[in-house]
Amino acid sequence: MEAIKVRNLYKIFGTKTKQALKQVQQGMGKEEILKKTGCTVGVNDVSFEVMRGEIFVLMGLSGSGKSTVLRCLNRLIMPTSGSIELDGTDIVKMNQEELLKMRRSKMSMVFQHFGLFPHRTTVQNVEYGLEISGVEKGERNEKALKAIEQVGLKGYENQRPNELSGGMQQRVGLARALANDSEILLMDEAFSALDPLIRSNLQDELLELQSELKKTIVFITHDLDEALKLGDRIGILKDGKVVQIGTPEEILTHPADDYVRAFVQNVDRTKIITAGTLMRKPPTVQLPKDGPKVANRKMEKIGVSTIYVLDEQRKLVGVARIDDTVKLEENKSKDLRSVVINDVETTTRETPIKYLLGKALETRYPIAVLDEKERLIGIVDRASIMAELSSDLENEQEEGQSVGEKVEAEEAGSE
Amino acid sequence: MIHIDIGKFFEIIINWLNTNIEPFFNLITTVINAVLNAFYQVLIWPHPFIMIVLLAALAWYVAGRGVAIFALIGQFLIYSMGLWDKNMETLALVITSVAIALLIGIPLGIWSSKNDHVERIVRPTLDFMQTMPAFVYLIPAVLFFSLGKVPGVISTLIFSMPPAVRFTNLGIRQVPKDMREAALAFGSNPKQMLYKVELPVALPTIMAGVNQTIMLALSMVVIAALIGAGGLGEPVLKGITQLKIDLGFNGGIAIVILAIYLDRITQALGTNTQPSR
Repeated sequence: MEAIKVRNLYKIFGTKTKQALKQVQQGMGKEEILKKTGCTVGVNDVSFEVMRGEIFVLMGLSGSGKSTVLRCLNRLIMPTSGSIELDGTDIVKMNQEELLKMRRSKMSMVFQHFGLFPHRTTVQNVEYGLEISGVEKGERNEKALKAIEQVGLKGYENQRPNELSGGMQQRVGLARALANDSEILLMDEAFSALDPLIRSNLQDELLELQSELKKTIVFITHDLDEALKLGDRIGILKDGKVVQIGTPEEILTHPADDYVRAFVQNVDRTKIITAGTLMRKPPTVQLPKDGPKVANRKMEKIGVSTIYVLDEQRKLVGVARIDDTVKLEENKSKDLRSVVINDVETTTRETPIKYLLGKALETRYPIAVLDEKERLIGIVDRASIMAELSSDLENEQEEGQSVGEKVEAEEAGSE
Repeated sequence: MIHIDIGKFFEIIINWLNTNIEPFFNLITTVINAVLNAFYQVLIWPHPFIMIVLLAALAWYVAGRGVAIFALIGQFLIYSMGLWDKNMETLALVITSVAIALLIGIPLGIWSSKNDHVERIVRPTLDFMQTMPAFVYLIPAVLFFSLGKVPGVISTLIFSMPPAVRFTNLGIRQVPKDMREAALAFGSNPKQMLYKVELPVALPTIMAGVNQTIMLALSMVVIAALIGAGGLGEPVLKGITQLKIDLGFNGGIAIVILAIYLDRITQALGTNTQPSR
């Protein structure tokens, strides 16, 4: 179900916005409009939905209009045209009073440079939103303390922002947004000002909090790795337009155009691409109905030397090698069970292939992909993992990698 | 030869104001006199020794031990030079002028920070007020309010108001954008924005303006002795006009002591309001 529905959003900066809007809608280019009217097109016909309880990441480079779109959502910036629907009401059409009410109760925001108030302590900062909505002192204090505990800042309640590190300051920012208990969180490059290790920690903690709280989060970033890590769905913006919206995997595997492709080529794909994507259908035999004869025929037909043996519920029992099954057939034995090898590595559909590499190098047989009831749904072999990995390595060698990024990658990988 | 006499123009205006709005000036005179006298009576009421200890205690509380000791010795010196009454007179003049200057200046600063049109008028006016030689203010002040303490207060508050306006305007305009956005995003209305975010964040800057205002006021109060405002400027004036060197120096030293005292205290107030200690 949609929490926010954005339809045909335009934002034009300048004085002759009406004229410029018409020109944009007629398809005139940005530069031409700037020359003719002196107006800058910030957001150009953007439409998307944010589902309830998901993290929707808007990604783009600076100047792509991502921050402008976010600020339109709570109307820190007034859109030039379009609609933003929240619970059936259009935010764009709200009057001042409705707007204040909406900001106080339905949306909270976290800022890139924290936006904390230097004259207030942690707890006073966190309860700001409640304070201005007129919540009585005892209650707002209680809620603030709860939010501070949620972000792991217990013991720092009475510190001023300048006595806290950057990471802690952003925790205060997050707590301030949580204290309001609003359903929607807007996060504007919330972790971009932090150093890589802290950023990675906060990303993990956000995901952890999210698994409990199930907020609807709109997250802005220019960092694709961050987008891929946090986003349930990602919208990529370029020059104020949406280029592609999809899950991280869709964007990596099916980039909509060259722009997205160029973006994603430097990503550590092995963290995103899962066993489910690479897996293929294995040859199988089912116990007890299939014997060595069936197994041999199946293997010969597709030219492989191992076959996966399943039980009646299609649960994996193990693999059988062609040498053994041929011998079995020669001996007129009907029971495959005696030659089944149980020592098969298994994984799940959602596991990124990065974490399969070790298994793939050790095991002699392709890794079996099982569903939650341990039924075999596919296999991933070493060759396909290596192929993905090597395309990634090539990119790394081309681009070179800074020490900071390496640390970040290792840090993230070790979790 | 072309001869343009702008001074004549001002003379005409001032004469017109003087003859036409006299009741208004009378009202102002009454109010300022009352306020000034109240401050003076409070300051002169305790025994000088008690007052000296009180001033030192205030310094200790606000600015620390060093300033407290300085206040103790300095104020005692002023007392022993026989200038205690004049000292308190000056202090009352400064307090009255500064209070009125801030009462007008800070709201004006807030208004001009919120409104670019207002700022465009206020800024050159302040430039004009500040670059005008201090003595020039004495002329209209005397014409409207005749001689005495009230024209002294009026010229002092006009002379000392600009920093209060400027620093308030600057302080509020310098509130970082993300703090403003944060306040808005959580649903602050304009009043909450001003009182809960803008003024507290701008407070250190505003206090720097208050300090400037006080220092300017002190310098002007001394000059205002020329039009009979009294206070520590009086012995200095006598020193010049009657060539009484000792009297002039006594007055001068007393002014310096009072100036340092007021400066240290208001500076400390300014830094105390900053969140960083």
